[in-house]
Amino acid sequence: MLRDITLGQYYPVDSVLHRMDPRTKLFGTLVYIVTLFIADSVWAYGLAALFLAAAIRLSRVPVKFMVRGLKSIVILLLISVSFNLFLTPGTPIFKIGFLQMTWEGLEFAAFMAVRLIFLVLGSTILTLTTTPNQLTDGLEKSLGFMGKIGVPVHEVSMMMSIALRFIPILIEETDKIMKAQMARGADFESGNLIQRAKAMVPLLVPLFISAFRRATDLAMAMEARCYRGGEGRTKMKPLRYEKRDRITYLVYAGYFLLFLAAKAAA
Amino acid sequence: MAIEVKNLCHIYGQDTIFEQYALKNVDLTIRDGEFIGLIGHTGSGKSTLTQHLNGLLKASSGDILYNGESIYREGFSMKELRSHVGLVFQYPEHQLFEVDVLTDVCFGPKNQGLSQEEAEARAREALALTGLDESFYKQSPFELSGGQKRRVAIAGVLAMKPEVLILDEPTAGLDPKGRDDILGLVARLHAEQGMTVILVSHSMEDVARYVSRLVVMNHGEKVFDGTPREVFRHYKELEAMGLAAPQITYVVHALRERGIPVDEDITTVEEARDAILALWKKAKGTGCCGEDKTC
Amino acid sequence: MGIIRAVNLIFDYIRHDEETDKDEVSHALRGVNLDIEEGSFVAILGHNGSGKSTFAKLMNGILLPSDGTVYISDMKTSDEEHLWDVRKTAGMVFQNPDNQIIGNVVEEDVGFGPENMGVPTDEIWKRVDRSLEAVGMTAYRLQSPNKLSGGQKQRVAIAGVMAMKPQCIVLDEPTAMLDPNGRKEVIKTVHELNKQEGITVLLITHYMEEVIDADRVVVMDAGHVVMDGTPREVFSRVKELKRYSLDVPQVTELADELKAAGMEIPCGILTIDELVAALEPLLKRKEA
Repeated sequence: MLRDITLGQYYPVDSVLHRMDPRTKLFGTLVYIVTLFIADSVWAYGLAALFLAAAIRLSRVPVKFMVRGLKSIVILLLISVSFNLFLTPGTPIFKIGFLQMTWEGLEFAAFMAVRLIFLVLGSTILTLTTTPNQLTDGLEKSLGFMGKIGVPVHEVSMMMSIALRFIPILIEETDKIMKAQMARGADFESGNLIQRAKAMVPLLVPLFISAFRRATDLAMAMEARCYRGGEGRTKMKPLRYEKRDRITYLVYAGYFLLFLAAKAAA
Repeated sequence: MAIEVKNLCHIYGQDTIFEQYALKNVDLTIRDGEFIGLIGHTGSGKSTLTQHLNGLLKASSGDILYNGESIYREGFSMKELRSHVGLVFQYPEHQLFEVDVLTDVCFGPKNQGLSQEEAEARAREALALTGLDESFYKQSPFELSGGQKRRVAIAGVLAMKPEVLILDEPTAGLDPKGRDDILGLVARLHAEQGMTVILVSHSMEDVARYVSRLVVMNHGEKVFDGTPREVFRHYKELEAMGLAAPQITYVVHALRERGIPVDEDITTVEEARDAILALWKKAKGTGCCGEDKTC
Repeated sequence: MGIIRAVNLIFDYIRHDEETDKDEVSHALRGVNLDIEEGSFVAILGHNGSGKSTFAKLMNGILLPSDGTVYISDMKTSDEEHLWDVRKTAGMVFQNPDNQIIGNVVEEDVGFGPENMGVPTDEIWKRVDRSLEAVGMTAYRLQSPNKLSGGQKQRVAIAGVMAMKPQCIVLDEPTAMLDPNGRKEVIKTVHELNKQEGITVLLITHYMEEVIDADRVVVMDAGHVVMDGTPREVFSRVKELKRYSLDVPQVTELADELKAAGMEIPCGILTIDELVAALEPLLKRKEA
């Protein structure tokens, strides 16, 4: 299950999107999310679909790989769809007991599902084409102005980057500790809520200890490599807007205007 | 007849482009009371295989019989299997979690449903087997040295009284003395408790001294299975797999190539010394030895 | 005067006991003097708790001496103004390959050190290219470190240090968590750096096979330097090594035992070939 999540994974190929400045991609994702939330017609969704398809194409990430990432949201999708299907008042299609499905519900659920899928795919493209480091760099630079009001932007982005690096390691470690405790007869699967929570102790204590040990080691390794905060640091991959970024911003503007037009027309 | 592995396969990422055989058609019979070294480099499938033996991983195909009964049969209790087949993971001290040593070792027996007294009796017995001094029992496991922690962790599995004990790289990260201590402990468990022991390792030199049978894995397949001497005869193939045979094996073969008739089955320093001294005396034609010289 | 000098180096770990409100002091180093020549390959051997890892951490100011001094290229590690120069001069590679890689992509990790040092972007790229090349990891530069083997991760860590252009590298048990293949890979890389780049290497380990090609072997026990010499000199003292809970390569041990039984074998045999060459004439004498 955990292996299926493509959100947050980087897909190493070379494409226009991969080479694009992370700030451009961040901004694009933001624009895209905003349009998804104000979309209310087939035309608007159609336009969003077109935009998404173009982005997927440009990213050169196999569609199959992206779709696999949707597996992890199937349950969320089912819940939201069934809520909308049955709980929207309107013209009934059929009725089972107190549950009734309506035409409005059907329409609403369909839009909702599309919106959710588009949302996940859209943000997946961002992470698939942007290394976590670039992403945090982009965030650091985009939010740099907040540093002036005392927000430790560099530190936060460094923490995010380190967290991303260690998540897979800790997942693997969790799996290993779990197995080791199961070999000692631990049972993580049965029992009521309290019993299950209690059963987590033999998993969580070693996991925390290991995470702390790793943190100490890492801090030492970083210091040994002359890390002393953001000040005086240079960048191996400094962020610079290129021609393609400027063009992309124009594309965003075009997309947004078209979108507003589609919305107005409906 | 304790464990029979039949045509076992384990495939990661089945039906995807990432499909990969972690185990491929492995057949293996582990008899009661054997002391087996399971050798292979990282990714050879040796750890995957051990996790099948106590049901932590499920085979993609094939079967495992425990005392003649398939562990994949419906209604077979994996929990019970795990108390018969004890598995000590690599760096087992990373799984310690209790407030003191004794309580930690009690974890296994308590999961088996034993009462507090019974569990504690088991824990004391197991800790005594590992040779950890009683003064440590009430200490926090996190304050012990690396070697001591590892003993506690091994005791944690021993306390469940397994019939088969599997240890995955029990000497990883230890210094030579710590390594000899742990291997000595394992050998003692085999000799005195009559336990069936499977020692998983990538070091031939360490294991050759203790075990009576070596099983070599490579790319998910079993490639050699026999006594250490039988297996070391394939030292050239072993080297190609990234598993050097003990240095002594190379010395013996190099001498044989030069026409000196040393027994090719020699695997330990002691055997080599005796054989070479015997040959030397013959060559000298006298029965006496020279003076004791040291450097 | 060497690039690394330890003078009367003492280090104590102090642990505060909450219950008794007393400090517990353990002496990790009890007066170590060592002078390491620039460009040499020096191995430090010792069992766990001999003080060798503490010694390593004192080399670039991660720990500061309780007493005595460490000079790195004539800079005192305890002078705060030199701290960053010391760390640039003496790079460090640690035991656990996972816990010292910061970047999510191999090349970005290698660039981490130079970034911290304020090296200009163009120069960072040059250094990253060269360092990855030097450790033979260029093909993996765009990979995630999580997909690499232990040996490869350590090579990336070494490249990360190389990119800081240090004059010496201190490796604190870099192979303890690796399998035999990974171990060979790392040791080979370190030797190449020493020979081709002229970098001084201080290798801390407890594996004997890794030190036989060193220029000098230092054995530590209970916070002291107890043996110091060429590998041949050190390994000819088999009994002494065993007393310090250290291993001896099998051939060295066999040679030593045969010698003790009276055979005329040279001291300090280190390799299979040496032993076979020494034995051949002795075992063939009669037929000749």
